[in-house]
Amino acid sequence: MLADARLIAGKDLRIERRARVATNQVAPFALLILVLFAFALDPDRGILDRATAGLYWVAVLLSTVLAVQRAYALESTDGLPDALRLSGLDPAAVFLGKTAALALQLLVLEALLLAGVVLLYTTELAGPALLAATCLAATLGLASAGSLYGVLAAGLRVRETLLPLLLLPVVAPVLIGATRAFEAALAGTPGEGWPWCGLLAIFAAIYVAFGMLAFGPLMEEL
Amino acid sequence: MNQTTTGGSPAHTGSRGSRIVGLLAAGGAVALLVFALVLSPADRIQGEAVRLMYVHVPAAICMYLCVGLLGLGSALWLVKRTPGWDVLAAAAAEVGLVFTALTLLTGMLWGRPTWGVYWVWDARLTTTAMLAVLLAGYLALRRVPATAESRSRRAAVAGLLVVIDLPLIHYSVSWWRTLHQGETIATTDVKIDGLMLFSLVLGMAVGVLVTVWLLIHRFRVAWLEEEVEQGGLDLALAERRAEAEVGA
Repeated sequence: MLADARLIAGKDLRIERRARVATNQVAPFALLILVLFAFALDPDRGILDRATAGLYWVAVLLSTVLAVQRAYALESTDGLPDALRLSGLDPAAVFLGKTAALALQLLVLEALLLAGVVLLYTTELAGPALLAATCLAATLGLASAGSLYGVLAAGLRVRETLLPLLLLPVVAPVLIGATRAFEAALAGTPGEGWPWCGLLAIFAAIYVAFGMLAFGPLMEEL
Repeated sequence: MNQTTTGGSPAHTGSRGSRIVGLLAAGGAVALLVFALVLSPADRIQGEAVRLMYVHVPAAICMYLCVGLLGLGSALWLVKRTPGWDVLAAAAAEVGLVFTALTLLTGMLWGRPTWGVYWVWDARLTTTAMLAVLLAGYLALRRVPATAESRSRRAAVAGLLVVIDLPLIHYSVSWWRTLHQGETIATTDVKIDGLMLFSLVLGMAVGVLVTVWLLIHRFRVAWLEEEVEQGGLDLALAERRAEAEVGA
């Protein structure tokens, strides 16, 4: 199963490397959100400073929607859904592969955004261990929930408008947990942030497990 | 009144059973009005505003009942793949959204005189608002044109996800709030007046009856819709065939 998953993830990442949609469109979009926040909240009055953690994760969440749409737009053309169904790959492995590819792209995006807040919001990165663990757990949760809802909305004509409505409320716990953990880390009190990181890990575990079970019936919908 | 559709189902959604439930619900609602507005006393602290409780608490209970049925219908559809479970989930989601909206509305109206504001970022309020959004998303997904099988499959997974996500949201939100402030809703009213308690229980019973009545009708409407959808193709085929025969 892991070999199958690696196959799917490798395929997605290879396409991404050649098409450069993530690097040319999603990443600039995420950085653009950071700039828009600075316009909306006057950077001189210290609001940006206090809200950095929340703004960072809102930017990640909005970019996730784009990345998920991209990941499943890949699968919906040129008879690919049939090819994927006929490939004989385990649906759970397909889910894991899609999730892994998505998670990897999101992690790169998060690193980029971290550099963005350091440069644009003059944030000092304290508590690097907690920051890294939070990013990992939150990304796994976002990617697995994103994969599930991505395939749920794939193949529908209204998927661009439907996906955010379905996905964003569901990942609200990720936004809450990741923001609190980041706040604790940036404030130099990582001890308060670790329980939130645990919540993120539970979220990710539940969605990975459910996704592996539910992907079988959903593959027919691609 | 005794027309039947092609599938042999009645052309209307009432039956003896549903009429009895409906009459009981209507009678109960009248009794509830009397108990809630006239017979039960005003609260010592909250005054007349406490009467909102007789609608608010039952609405919240009906909301949970519907969400439970949504999860049950979705899970059993995935196991058994019979259309009835999907139709049950659809009916429960719609009725559930109505009660979620009612819970939010009465809660906000109650919040204004007791807390001074319509909305506080309390764990329960926030979770209920998120539930409303989740149910709206589920219903939007159902509205997307698709074949019956495909729609049921998507809806079943989405319905299960609503139920799975709800505790996660509630847990994270309540933890989030308790870090900042204590529970806003005080649970100190251990002593409740006998007549108030009776009105509350009556409200819950009426609420459940209304829910059941709505669910029965919504279920039957959805069932008939499905039949029309399936019959529609056969009908169109027969018409085209008849046209072809006339042409020949």
